[in-house]
Amino acid sequence: MRAIITVVGRDTVGILAKVSAMCAEHNVNIIEVTQSILQDMFCMIMLADVKNCNVPFTVLADEAKALGEEMNLSVNAMHEDIFNSMHRI
Amino acid sequence: MINTHDILETINMIREENLDIRTITMGISLLSCADSDISRSCDKIYDKICRQAEHLVETGENIEKEYGIPIIHKRIAVTPISMLVAASGGNPVLYAKTLEKASQTVGVNFIGGYSALVQKGFAAGDEALIRSIPEALAETQHICSSVNIGSTKAGINMDAVATMGKVVREAAEITADKGCIGPAKLVVFCNAPEDNPFMAGAFHGAGEADCVINVGVSGPGVVRAALQKIPDGNITDVADTVKKTAFKITRVGQLVAKEAAKRLNVPFGIVDLSLAPTPAVGDSVAHILEEMGLEQCGAHGTTACLALLNDAVKKGGVMASSHVGGLSGAFIPVSEDAGMIAAAENGTLSIEKLEAMTAVCSVGLDMIIIPGDTSAEVISGIIADEAAIGMVNSKTTAVRVIPAIGKTIGDTLNFGGLLGYGPVMKVNAASPAKFIHRGGRIPAPLQSLKN
Repeated sequence: MRAIITVVGRDTVGILAKVSAMCAEHNVNIIEVTQSILQDMFCMIMLADVKNCNVPFTVLADEAKALGEEMNLSVNAMHEDIFNSMHRI
Repeated sequence: MINTHDILETINMIREENLDIRTITMGISLLSCADSDISRSCDKIYDKICRQAEHLVETGENIEKEYGIPIIHKRIAVTPISMLVAASGGNPVLYAKTLEKASQTVGVNFIGGYSALVQKGFAAGDEALIRSIPEALAETQHICSSVNIGSTKAGINMDAVATMGKVVREAAEITADKGCIGPAKLVVFCNAPEDNPFMAGAFHGAGEADCVINVGVSGPGVVRAALQKIPDGNITDVADTVKKTAFKITRVGQLVAKEAAKRLNVPFGIVDLSLAPTPAVGDSVAHILEEMGLEQCGAHGTTACLALLNDAVKKGGVMASSHVGGLSGAFIPVSEDAGMIAAAENGTLSIEKLEAMTAVCSVGLDMIIIPGDTSAEVISGIIADEAAIGMVNSKTTAVRVIPAIGKTIGDTLNFGGLLGYGPVMKVNAASPAKFIHRGGRIPAPLQSLKN
């Protein structure tokens, strides 16, 4: 299973490091990263392989959310299929 | 990888525009529980519901987290209880109490199916169940009831229409101390669908599989936000935008439905292509109509806008799902929609206008608060009119009106939560009593003779 992790909010030091650390800690492999500034907002999107994740994905999703709250950003880890189903026929 | 814009659009729909899956509803057949002894029948029902739906709530919550999409309700629809009463006899309220106990055990917030289908006449169990509805709704919290009194194929059972006027009133009277909540859980249908996942009208039809998963989607806020981006588009652009948005919303519903069915090891039934509002700001169907260019919902032009919206939702949604069913269309429940509440409060929206709107949308007169002194005959008249619209147009129509006991025009009734609140609306009090008391059946219209 693959997941999309998104980070949206004001740019601050260490965002990428913290999110990557969370992934590494849970044995989540980051496959691809894109980042850009959209209307003054920092926006990072990661495609991650969570096949070998050492916790249930629901726990990872909760941790991502909590990490976002801690950094005052919006961090979401979501199953890739929700994007595929909405945007691809 | 999917492009950034698409990813952000999805996240924005969920976080800012209230996109959600309104309900995962498990339909459970109780036909295998029928027994000539009512207490044995109740035991079997409790066991079957608890067995089939044991993991329903937990599965819903897991999907919610993994996919990042809120799933507001996890619910159950069961075989119309009148069919079990037919076999067992006894006091039908025992069934309501059994369902209540089961709902608490499995943690769902509603079980629908305290129902009877009497469009052509009363079979064994039907009258006893209908008479017990007020008491059943007063003594339970999580049970929904519905009665189908007409269909395009059968016509309208006017004896049932007369009875339901009294039942609605009585349901309000005996729950007057609880904000007249009884009739908010009671729907009177014409052409009731057997696979509807939405309350209060959900039940599991006799032609359904033993257990299925049906899903109802939502997302009025998403449609409105999409229309806000084309302020100068013509009506064709408006219809196309609604269609594309409905497609995206429904694809998520289809994904969740298939995933839930797989995890629960139960067949996937249908996705209900619906726009279901809540009283929350930004989750209103009325506001979509206003975004199309109406000063306020209820203005002349409202029916046309709603017809366009309803049609575009279906056209967009139908390709997004492999099986479509239920009510499928835009809902217009007054007390559950911030825009409808505002329009009803300042008098722009009347019951007569709502009646016209029901000819072109998915259901009928829904969550409308009427004066507490409205007679049973007038309520029956409202039901008969609504059923006639459904019967002639081969569509589902329904009535869920709440007589606000002790209140009159200018007052407000507040149910709290998703049932919302609303003003008491004016009802034409001229009496249809003689018509209602004639009894009999309105013959099925020519539209029914399709063979």
